[in-house]
Amino acid sequence: MNTESKTQTRRLRFPNLDLTLVVGISLLLTVLLFGLIGPSFFDPKTTNVGAFPPRLPPSNDHWLGTDSQGRDVMAALTYATPQTLKIGVLAGIIGLGIGVILGLVSGYFSGIVDTVIRTTTDVLNTIPGIALLVVIATMMRMMSVELMAMIIAALAWRYPARAVRAQTLTLRERAYVQVARLNGMGGLEIIVKEVLPNLLPYIAGSFVATVSQATLSSIGLEALGLGPQNTLTLGMMIYWAQYYSAILRNMWWWWAPPIVVIVLIFVGLFFVSSGLDQMVNTRLRRTE
Amino acid sequence: MPLDYVVKRFGLLVLTIILGVTINFMIPRLIPGDPVEQKLNQMFATSGGQMGDLTAMIESYRARFGLDQPLWNQYLNYWWSLLHLDLGYSLDRFPEKVSDSISSALPWTLGLVGISTLISFTIGTVLGGMLAWPRVPRLVRGLIPLLMILSAIPYFLLGLILVFVFAIVLKLFPAGGGYPYGGTLQFDLPTLSGILQHAFLPAASIILAGIGAWALSMRGMIVSILGEDYIILAEAKGLKQHRIFIWYAMRNALLPQITTLGLTMSHVVAGAILVEVIFAYPGIGYKLFQAIGAKDYFVIQGIVLMMIVAIAVILFILDLIYPLIDPRIAYERR
Repeated sequence: MNTESKTQTRRLRFPNLDLTLVVGISLLLTVLLFGLIGPSFFDPKTTNVGAFPPRLPPSNDHWLGTDSQGRDVMAALTYATPQTLKIGVLAGIIGLGIGVILGLVSGYFSGIVDTVIRTTTDVLNTIPGIALLVVIATMMRMMSVELMAMIIAALAWRYPARAVRAQTLTLRERAYVQVARLNGMGGLEIIVKEVLPNLLPYIAGSFVATVSQATLSSIGLEALGLGPQNTLTLGMMIYWAQYYSAILRNMWWWWAPPIVVIVLIFVGLFFVSSGLDQMVNTRLRRTE
Repeated sequence: MPLDYVVKRFGLLVLTIILGVTINFMIPRLIPGDPVEQKLNQMFATSGGQMGDLTAMIESYRARFGLDQPLWNQYLNYWWSLLHLDLGYSLDRFPEKVSDSISSALPWTLGLVGISTLISFTIGTVLGGMLAWPRVPRLVRGLIPLLMILSAIPYFLLGLILVFVFAIVLKLFPAGGGYPYGGTLQFDLPTLSGILQHAFLPAASIILAGIGAWALSMRGMIVSILGEDYIILAEAKGLKQHRIFIWYAMRNALLPQITTLGLTMSHVVAGAILVEVIFAYPGIGYKLFQAIGAKDYFVIQGIVLMMIVAIAVILFILDLIYPLIDPRIAYERR
């Protein structure tokens, strides 16, 4: 390749990898702070149905007005944000945990264990997640934030399992793993001491991807009306806004704020994941 | 094509369908107090007993699942009726059959999501190619962050914003539905333009949300191809830059893009559930949403099962075709 196109490829990469990660993390921290500190400014009663006259436009008393059920939208937003984050992170952690274990085991031990895990993952990957989640969620009589996270986690392990397995397969053949094997280390010990530490960057990347996917699933289920009926989450706010035709009634102060927070979350996660991606790739280039 | 590959792949298809059917059968039974029976009892109670056809429905429900029989028999009965494409009756709109309900909604979804996906793919791929082109104007390259952000936003939220701007504020397009309200569907020009007008906003949200991902993957592909040996050889031969770019880089980057297109198209049946919900578009997704609201379990299960089977079958066919199109894909995938 000539020098001209070489500089081009460098410029084509995302402007500055550190910047991407920093922007992503600060976006997420902003949302997190909003969700952690915000609720202390508002009495939980202000998010109750009928707390105020319905459909008030934004004013000094109600920064974001009230919705059709008389909730203060600003207060509702501060209480809904941490719940949505909770579902995403909880489902992400559980899904990641299951996925990493299955991926390591499947990638390191070939043979029947690998075949079973791989086939299960392949079969489940063919099934559209939302379809399965809808069937499970419709059958639940009561939906809570925690239950929602569990249901989503039941499918969220697929991506990390695949990613970790692929990396374990390549690590297994590395010299230092073979040396450990020759030294008589057991399979489980090698996985924990030699393979796992080298997978950490991938696991971090998978975690972000899993949280992002889980959050998307939860908002999707909630918008379909399958979310927790008694807890406010960002997805439930959109569901109620849609249910009471907030858009047709021109109540932008009701439907727009949850969208803004959701977009901030997803853009933040996206930046963090591409930032991590860059880091992992540069690391790979350096080691090889 | 190696036979054991086909057999293996077919086995996966069968496993997927069995799993889908089994999940659909088991989940309602795992939860104490069959919710379907509860719903039927509740409907019976609210009707005050004066419903002839409801008792017929309960009868058919019991006969269909043989609720007094052992679980294993119920399971086999379930398979038997599915093999006859019998998905039962809608609880909400009895005596409408679930299969009829699905087949009336399916064309809307296939049309909307299929066509928008193709448009999104075309625009995104061309744009992605342009972004990787070394001599593209700075302005075009400035699109990259915008595209990244667009691809990160859930597509149905984009839909909500589009409804607000173009249907409520500007009043350019209808806010919902698939065809003019109260109109009948016939094959003439006004109906057709009505359908297109109603499809515009939902299609726009699917297209806009998709372009970013297509463009970014195309760009990534070309950037990595530009470092390949055959590009260096082409440069050494003294070929013109644009020729190298179009015939060596673009052409080779297109194949993986088409692979992804195939995968995306297989999800057309399930692709845009929430867009349909937001626009009250009369497709499968909106039907699913209505069924969830009415706790119409048979319709929900029918739609989910249809999605699982359709996607599994399409993926199976794609897996058989792809190695023929792109020899770089080996039959044996690890």
